[in-house]
Amino acid sequence: MSNWETVIGLEVHVQLATHSKIFSASSTAFGAEANSQANAIDLAMPGTLPVLNRAAVEYAVMFGLAIDAEIGMTSVFERKNYFYPDLPKGYQTTQLDKPIVGPGRVEIELADGSKKSIRIHHAHLEEDAGKSLHEDFHGMSGIDLNRAGTPLIEIVSEPDMRSAEEAVAFARKLHSIVTSIGICDGKMAQGSMRFDVNISVRPRGSDTLGTRTETKNLNSFKFMHEAIALEVERQIDLLEEGGRVVQETRLYNGDSKVARSMRSKEEANDYRYFPCPDLLPVVLSEETLARLRSALPELPDARIARLAEQFSLSGYDAAQIGGDRATSDYFERVAASADAKLAANWINGELSAQLNSAELTIEQSPIAAEQLAALLQRISDNTLSSKMAREVFNALWQGERDVDAIIDQRGLRQVSDSGALSAMVAAVLADNSAMVADYLGTPAEKRKKKLGGFMGKIMQASKGQANPQQVNQILLEQLQALEG
Amino acid sequence: MHNLTLTETLAALQRGDFSSRELTQALLQRIEHYNPQLNALITVTAAQALAAAEQADQQRASGNAGPLAGLPIVHKDIFCTDAVRTSAGSKMLDNFIPPYDATVVERLHKAGAISLGKANMDEFAMGSSNESSFYGAAQNPWARHCVPGGSSGGSAAAVAARLVAGATATDTGGSIRQPAALCGITGLKPSYGRISRWGMIAYASSLDQAGPMARSAEDCALLLREMAGHDPKDSTCAEREVPDYCAELSQRSDLTGIKIGVPSQYFGSGLNEQVAVAVRDALAVYESLGAKLVEIELPNSALAIPAYYVIAPAEASANLARFDGVRYGYRCDNPQDLEDLYRRSRSEGFGDEVKRRIMIGSYALSAGYYDAYYRKAQQVRQLIKQDYDAAFAQVDVIAGPTTPNPAWAIGEKSSDPVSMYLEDIYTIATNLAGLPGISLPCGFAQNMPVGLQLTGRHFDESTLLQVAHHYQRNSDWHQRGPEEFCQ
Repeated sequence: MSNWETVIGLEVHVQLATHSKIFSASSTAFGAEANSQANAIDLAMPGTLPVLNRAAVEYAVMFGLAIDAEIGMTSVFERKNYFYPDLPKGYQTTQLDKPIVGPGRVEIELADGSKKSIRIHHAHLEEDAGKSLHEDFHGMSGIDLNRAGTPLIEIVSEPDMRSAEEAVAFARKLHSIVTSIGICDGKMAQGSMRFDVNISVRPRGSDTLGTRTETKNLNSFKFMHEAIALEVERQIDLLEEGGRVVQETRLYNGDSKVARSMRSKEEANDYRYFPCPDLLPVVLSEETLARLRSALPELPDARIARLAEQFSLSGYDAAQIGGDRATSDYFERVAASADAKLAANWINGELSAQLNSAELTIEQSPIAAEQLAALLQRISDNTLSSKMAREVFNALWQGERDVDAIIDQRGLRQVSDSGALSAMVAAVLADNSAMVADYLGTPAEKRKKKLGGFMGKIMQASKGQANPQQVNQILLEQLQALEG
Repeated sequence: MHNLTLTETLAALQRGDFSSRELTQALLQRIEHYNPQLNALITVTAAQALAAAEQADQQRASGNAGPLAGLPIVHKDIFCTDAVRTSAGSKMLDNFIPPYDATVVERLHKAGAISLGKANMDEFAMGSSNESSFYGAAQNPWARHCVPGGSSGGSAAAVAARLVAGATATDTGGSIRQPAALCGITGLKPSYGRISRWGMIAYASSLDQAGPMARSAEDCALLLREMAGHDPKDSTCAEREVPDYCAELSQRSDLTGIKIGVPSQYFGSGLNEQVAVAVRDALAVYESLGAKLVEIELPNSALAIPAYYVIAPAEASANLARFDGVRYGYRCDNPQDLEDLYRRSRSEGFGDEVKRRIMIGSYALSAGYYDAYYRKAQQVRQLIKQDYDAAFAQVDVIAGPTTPNPAWAIGEKSSDPVSMYLEDIYTIATNLAGLPGISLPCGFAQNMPVGLQLTGRHFDESTLLQVAHHYQRNSDWHQRGPEEFCQ
């Protein structure tokens, strides 16, 4: 065990899935042509004024309710002043002293199965900046303001995590919560969730915090894990060589696996925060709170417990499925008309593997839940062997729609008629008398190996459609009869 | 025609004494004649005005004229006008053509008013003399070597010179009332939140308020009725019903029962003696009309200027950050890098007074100084509000001088910003408290006009206008104009 203890706190930017921006009516849809979703307010044209998007406020409150936090009944927007080309007003409208979500907590599960509670310091509403594009402009920079004004909540944790694994578990849990309550689409590659990681190390047993660095803008769990591991190693090496950690902001490049310093504390801006005079304080009523609380969708922990109970799933299966709202919605649609355990195996296995390699979410799955259910029904009623089922699955993946039609067209129906199977087995034994003699001459305890040869020939004769369990049964019976 | 008030002009248009086109043409000729020296207007939109006037005449003929149909006005160049250059008096926006109208512009347009152009102003409304305008100072029509006041100096000069009978303006610390006083006209700053700020280029958002300038309280009521009211595009614009200010003007037959508070603090040292005499005479008129004068105290009024010069610049330092040379407005030639682009675009695009206030504001908000300056100023603002609350428990309006002195010579105070700031000593507290205030002509000092300031209860513009209107029915100061422009 290392002599050093790692201390990690996270600041997480979550884009809220509202249709329009936090202070303007522009669309927040991802991927549009540059600057096609920026109106006069987003461009900070003179004389324009912000009007707060109520949905963004409600989404932030829903997050607070989901983590059992204190809700700021009166929250205040402030201006955070700094110059940057993708910040059109020259200030970011954000919250500071009076955030909308106060202290709360999020429970994570560690590798050994134990639970740990991570304290949330607060979460506040703010607007996203635009994007600076440094390529394709011949020594100049382009500005795309489509993202400017997209509503965010910034979730600030206490420094409660002690390893990269804990930090990633916490990040995953937040992802699970915000997607479960539907306030964020969770699309990390599109920047819907971005993580700033504050990291310090201290001698094990010390109760004072070491000097921290902040690695900004990590947008995948994998990069987050890598960046933390790298930074912890760097800090320990520095300290063990007698150096000291400098408080600074760092950037991690996930492609080159290299981190670099962006700016030190001395170069940090004085943001000159003050309350934004264009916006009134956000005052929440008890009625609003009660309405949002009663409408809050099922939270991941509750859902995992319910799935395990209702469908008798293993803890692993329930966690895999219940941790993600879209996956559990899909699962419940499949399990409505198919065996739940089978559904869980196929969703966590074949479907998940295919989706991953095609880089699709389960909502984009080419196989609808109802189709997977139809497929699983044909496994349960012995129409399909698991090998044939995989073939049907592939056909569905390729875009074919009707499970029974696929089975019929490709002749994949499993033969389970015992009369037909008995005749088939008898014919194969009759045609292969040498193999039979060999089998009968083999001591009983070694015969099992010899069965494979018969099975191969029988399956070949049935063109793969024979039900293997049944064939196995009949074969043993007939061989036993021959022994007399 | 040019000597008529807005109310008189409307009646004449209705009677058919002349058409809006004839009137518009006549006023455009006056502008062409006088404006090159007077410099009251930065931009004149003659062709659009004539076309709009013809349309108004047709509407009047067909019986569907709006309440202000065919009435020429000008807009302070702080209000964005669709497809018409809106400069805010700054080199920074010398090339800026907005693709939208301010709500004030849109509402007056819908009511049928015709915009003849955009009025000169102190750069970004920062100033009390109009001298900080990139386009040069407007002149005071009463004495061309004098300032018209500011920041709405162009609007005031245009109305006083009878280039137009009404104008829009804005008031952050006195920018409607002070030039109204210095130019001998009537100017109303409504309660904060009475009129939408959408499309009005921000100086200090918590203090800025649009309002009308004209030659009588009656005319101000006419414009206010169209300008006021909730706007979903401005979160700070109040959702309150707008009274019919014109109809309510004549609700009172006299001022019996009205109590007018006279703060001792407004008659102390620093007040020009002739100004004091004119204001005391006006108060005597009120007594004769049945109003009761009540001595009151506004103990924290001396703190208004220091508090204002922290809060307003602080807000301005953020409001003006958007002028960075990136998306619109002035951009320096050949920027070497981002820092150079910012530094030179802003150094070259802003004038001295604007830079001074951005620096004051940035300093007041900076780490380690926030509590001593910005927070303290906000506390003072609360105290000033409490002073007014206490006063309005006793009285209906508060009266005093609008400014300590009449208009001064152009250039006289331009090297001494603080002495200029002190000219707003009586007007600024009203903005800090968000209250309505009006300035009306009440005499002369050193042959220049003097303004009487009335301050009213929150959102009670109606009483304020009634009290002002009664004075004007019993005095003729507001009917006097600079001789050169009245012929």
